[in-house]
Amino acid sequence: MAGPLIKIEGLRVAFDGAPAVRGVDFAIHRGEALGIVGESGSGKSVTWLAALRLLPEKAVVEGRVSLDDENLLEVPVERMEHLRGGRVAMIFQDPASALNPVLTIRRQLGEALALHRGLSGRSIDAEAKRLLDLVGIPDAAGRLKSYPHEMSGGQNQRVMIAMALAGNPDLLIADEPTTALDVTIQAQILDLLQLVRRETNMALVLISHDLGVVAENCDRVAVMYAGRVIEEAPARDLFDAPRHPYACGLIDALPTLDAPRRLVAIPGVVPDPRRMPQGCAFSPRCAHAAPACLGGVPELRRLEPGRRIACARAGELDLQPAAVVPPVEIARPEVTA
Amino acid sequence: MIRYLATRLLRAALTIALVVTFAFIVLRLSGDPATIILGPEAPPEAIEAFRHNWGLDRPVLVQYFDYFRAILRGDLGISMRDGRSAIELVGERIPATLALTIPALLLQLAIGIPAGVYAALHQGKGFDRAVMVTAVFGFAIPSFVLALALVLVFSVNLGWLPSGGRDSWMHAILPIITLGLGGAAALARFTRSAMLEVLGRPFIRTASAKGLPWAAVVRGHALPNAAIPTVTLVGFLVGSLIAGAVVVESVFSWPGVGRLLVVAVSNRDLAVVQCLLLLVAASMVTSNLIVDFLYGVLDPRLRHGARAGA
Repeated sequence: MAGPLIKIEGLRVAFDGAPAVRGVDFAIHRGEALGIVGESGSGKSVTWLAALRLLPEKAVVEGRVSLDDENLLEVPVERMEHLRGGRVAMIFQDPASALNPVLTIRRQLGEALALHRGLSGRSIDAEAKRLLDLVGIPDAAGRLKSYPHEMSGGQNQRVMIAMALAGNPDLLIADEPTTALDVTIQAQILDLLQLVRRETNMALVLISHDLGVVAENCDRVAVMYAGRVIEEAPARDLFDAPRHPYACGLIDALPTLDAPRRLVAIPGVVPDPRRMPQGCAFSPRCAHAAPACLGGVPELRRLEPGRRIACARAGELDLQPAAVVPPVEIARPEVTA
Repeated sequence: MIRYLATRLLRAALTIALVVTFAFIVLRLSGDPATIILGPEAPPEAIEAFRHNWGLDRPVLVQYFDYFRAILRGDLGISMRDGRSAIELVGERIPATLALTIPALLLQLAIGIPAGVYAALHQGKGFDRAVMVTAVFGFAIPSFVLALALVLVFSVNLGWLPSGGRDSWMHAILPIITLGLGGAAALARFTRSAMLEVLGRPFIRTASAKGLPWAAVVRGHALPNAAIPTVTLVGFLVGSLIAGAVVVESVFSWPGVGRLLVVAVSNRDLAVVQCLLLLVAASMVTSNLIVDFLYGVLDPRLRHGARAGA
């Protein structure tokens, strides 16, 4: 297999001195589906907004984002505009506010077609109609004249997907694409994303706080915590046997159908990015914390093929999912910023 | 859209009727025109005759309904001062006022909107700060103070421009600047905040994610949305221009309707004052109607909401 389609190395993002992403690495291959999970504030969306240079100017971004041979963080603005929507498309959480309320669907979809496919006039209408058909919007021709407020949330997200497909991208980044939608609609949108992937062989990054969504739709999963990837593994392996205590906690917090049990919450809250705990960021909430955890931020290490874990005790822990264990108090020196 | 406009039109007519009623009541309460026009030493018979001639001795309610009927016929009465029709007196002053207010409005739009948009796009930079500081001054300074300051600088010290009267286009420059500057400042501030609000909305990020160049995002996506609240302010500005004309025309001895209003009020020239109030109310109501119409054009949500009967 050729090299990865997109490769992120040592990505760091800070807002006004507060780090939001603290060194993220991963690679996505052509046609692959990578899930990224984590609580809000874990940096999962910011990572990709930074990669596409969609963050406000005050955000300080460091690292390297390679798309084939180009570093997206350094290419000229015009080149970046060409790549955005053309090779890497992104869809967002709340489709109702992600579409412009005063412009018709035709105008918003047509813009992308004119930019990336060089279409104009009649051919825009024909292609826009084809895309709306593809994403399963009934009466596509009539819908082109509609405004976003005339359609449901699910239909708007279909329009967003159609818009993302307009440039025939190699990678689609879906940032919580179903969070704002009803449960039944969620499933339809996820099915649509799978269908589109099969038909276009496009790679997909699915950002979600919902482990279930990611488990069903992705080949590989990266778990993020406090601006870092803490575990990355094939989806099945991760759910069967999580190796990082945080990933284990996330899975324990998930209800199961086959063996009903009490759900276990992870105690505590995500640390304030301005006042990170010493050593491992998860250690204050971790049931397995040991003095070794304060010895520095744990590296993301490859423990077995296809599996990386950032935990100082990764080799020695035998995690039992759904075990109720309170966090361990360890003597820690005063936290400095 | 039709229904939306019809309700607005009905509301406008009602507003004008209320203004007419209000004007009638206030002017009747504010003193007897007979004594003011004829003077306090006038013999009682003369005052009596004056009141009879002008119908002021009839019951107030009868006067009110007569007056309303006359307005509907287009008859706005006769000036108690010089006996000419009020409409004629007011009408001949209108061009002079328009010669100030229209350029002042254009000045406000030409300065306020570009300055506000530019400031929003360069938030926190030097130009933005300069615009905001200037805007606070422009907004806070009363127009008569600004008028006197401008006269002091450009007429008295530099001698470039005349300080009053209406003999050439040069005479219009200072009044137009005085009239327009405050509104331009308000518009700049408002446009800036409207733009900033819109630029923070998620669809701006969507447009960028599509690969649109930033200039196209601003032009095609941000401006049409920021225009909606800005149009409201422009409607208010038209109203304040009319109010501002009263002060500015007095300071610069400009023979427009504003100065006529000052004179007519101090003379208790009822017909003229009523006619002017009607004119002011009509222009306010018209500018609001235009604003409502523009809303419908700019915002499809409103257009369709109205069609659905909301």
